[in-house]
Amino acid sequence: MAATAGAKTKKKKSVSEWLHGYTGQKYTTTIVFLLIPIILMILFTVIPAVNMGIFSFQERDQFGANVKWVGLENYKTLFSDSSYFETFINSLYYFAGSFVQQAVALLIATILCTKIRFSNLFKGIIFFPYMMNGVAVSLIFRRFFQKGDGITNTEGTLNSIMMLFGADPVKWLSNPDIVNWCLVFASVWRYIGFDIIMYIGAIQSISPDIYEAADLDGANSWQRFRYIIFPGIRPIIALQLILAIKGSISVFEIPYIITGGRFGTSTFVIRTIDTAFTYQHVGLASAMAIVLLAIILVVTAIQKAIFREDK
Amino acid sequence: MEENKTPESAAELTGTDALAEFRRNHQTYKFRETPKPVRALFIILKYLVLIVGCLLVILPLLVVLLGAFKTHDEYITTNVFAFPAEPQWNNFVTAFIDGDVLRGLLNTAIILVISCAGTIITGTMTAFVLQRFNSLFTRAVKMVFLVAALLPNISMQVTVFQVINSLGLYNSIWAPCILYIGTDIISIYIFMQFLDNISVSLDESAFLDGATYFRIYRSIILPMLRPAIATVLVIKFVGIYNDFYTANLYMPSKELGVVSTALYRFIGPYGAKWEIIFAGIIICMIPSLIIFITLQKFIYSNLVAGSVKE
Repeated sequence: MAATAGAKTKKKKSVSEWLHGYTGQKYTTTIVFLLIPIILMILFTVIPAVNMGIFSFQERDQFGANVKWVGLENYKTLFSDSSYFETFINSLYYFAGSFVQQAVALLIATILCTKIRFSNLFKGIIFFPYMMNGVAVSLIFRRFFQKGDGITNTEGTLNSIMMLFGADPVKWLSNPDIVNWCLVFASVWRYIGFDIIMYIGAIQSISPDIYEAADLDGANSWQRFRYIIFPGIRPIIALQLILAIKGSISVFEIPYIITGGRFGTSTFVIRTIDTAFTYQHVGLASAMAIVLLAIILVVTAIQKAIFREDK
Repeated sequence: MEENKTPESAAELTGTDALAEFRRNHQTYKFRETPKPVRALFIILKYLVLIVGCLLVILPLLVVLLGAFKTHDEYITTNVFAFPAEPQWNNFVTAFIDGDVLRGLLNTAIILVISCAGTIITGTMTAFVLQRFNSLFTRAVKMVFLVAALLPNISMQVTVFQVINSLGLYNSIWAPCILYIGTDIISIYIFMQFLDNISVSLDESAFLDGATYFRIYRSIILPMLRPAIATVLVIKFVGIYNDFYTANLYMPSKELGVVSTALYRFIGPYGAKWEIIFAGIIICMIPSLIIFITLQKFIYSNLVAGSVKE
């Protein structure tokens, strides 16, 4: 009797001791601190992700009425109706644009890393669009590419400049042959400052001793770039290209606001959103989101493979 | 800067005689390898590239600035680069009050305060546990966060919408707030990276002195995370102030406009009145401009570094 009672009090003591001890506190802190983040994570990431997988085999609207299981029908629609995948072709414009963007960013970053007067001013001006509201940027470019009605003087910025040189105004935003390039220009305009700052950071992290040695060997600026800067920042360039792939398949805001996806400017994400919220085909939209996710996972796997090698 | 630094570090390595030698060589090489006219041409080209780049940024903005001060007649009849005869401050008043930019700014400010506070509290706590306690559970959570960071944000709204709807948060200011707090993994990563550099022995000695983990978090970790919190605040400001789609999808009512949606809604009723739209754009750019100018260096080093770490 006495022995069991003693064991009991001993155990009781050890529970409260355990709670205040190292391991106990670790457990309680883990639970208390992670409670809210995990609930939020389940609500807004896990449940939507699982639902997305389930819904992609269904036909349903936003309110979950009239749910019908359709098997692989949604995926069949996606892969057989070419109009869905045509939106991926538009991503190629942005991908091509991002090559130009990276090249120009690298050029400007290299220039800004040499002795330049007012380099902070130049850097600030070119970076500022990155800080700007996406809707503001889109509206500014609606005006920039605007085509007047021919009666009043409402030509946009670009047409006004062209008319100064005697050219005829062009319908930039309603001509399917050029509108995507205009949107790509707006996108490059908005994001290039970010790349420039990243490249400047990478270039400045190259040890100055290497430049010294190169100067002693009589290297000119091109050789400096080709044999020191370029190899030194190669990992950053590779990373940027992978981010460019991800970016160009998930383009949304600029075409959505400037043209609303009309005139052949729709992207896969715009199409997904329209399918879900305008046409209420949540099942099909989920299948589209799953396809996008699959592509992103593949690209990420490639990225991980490349950078593991580099390390 | 670079030029000054180079000879000095050479001097440290090899002494002053070598420095003189180095300087001599340095200069003779430059003159011998590239003739003066070529160097001058290079310098001109360098500035030319920068000036063209800046013009490309400034021209579209200049048109907006000039247009915001024009009357509607002037907008219709004059060239985009023509100066307004008399600055029309009325356009700004119209955009601010009738165009709901004021309400947009207020709502954005409310959302910013709630989401930033929420992110900092939950983000630092999460990072503290995930970085300091290495157990099967924390590793699993870390994995889930890692995968979650890959999900394409806008496409996810297809199914996030039903969750928000069934929680009764649709068309309320809480929808964007809770989404900004709940899906922000980048901030957690920034906090975790910063925690990597705060020595664990600090927590351990506090623990031996009888402090609870909450106390350690509150009195040691949180104050030391201040630089990381500043980074997260800047990233959050830029992200939330410029985000369009969350507010557009979850807060369609007119009273719940934020900066982005207020501007977006100009396209309807003010479709032809570009001078009002321009004024709205200018007003919405002012907060970004102020933050950019005051925090320029901080933004370069933190915003950019922070977003690469994903």
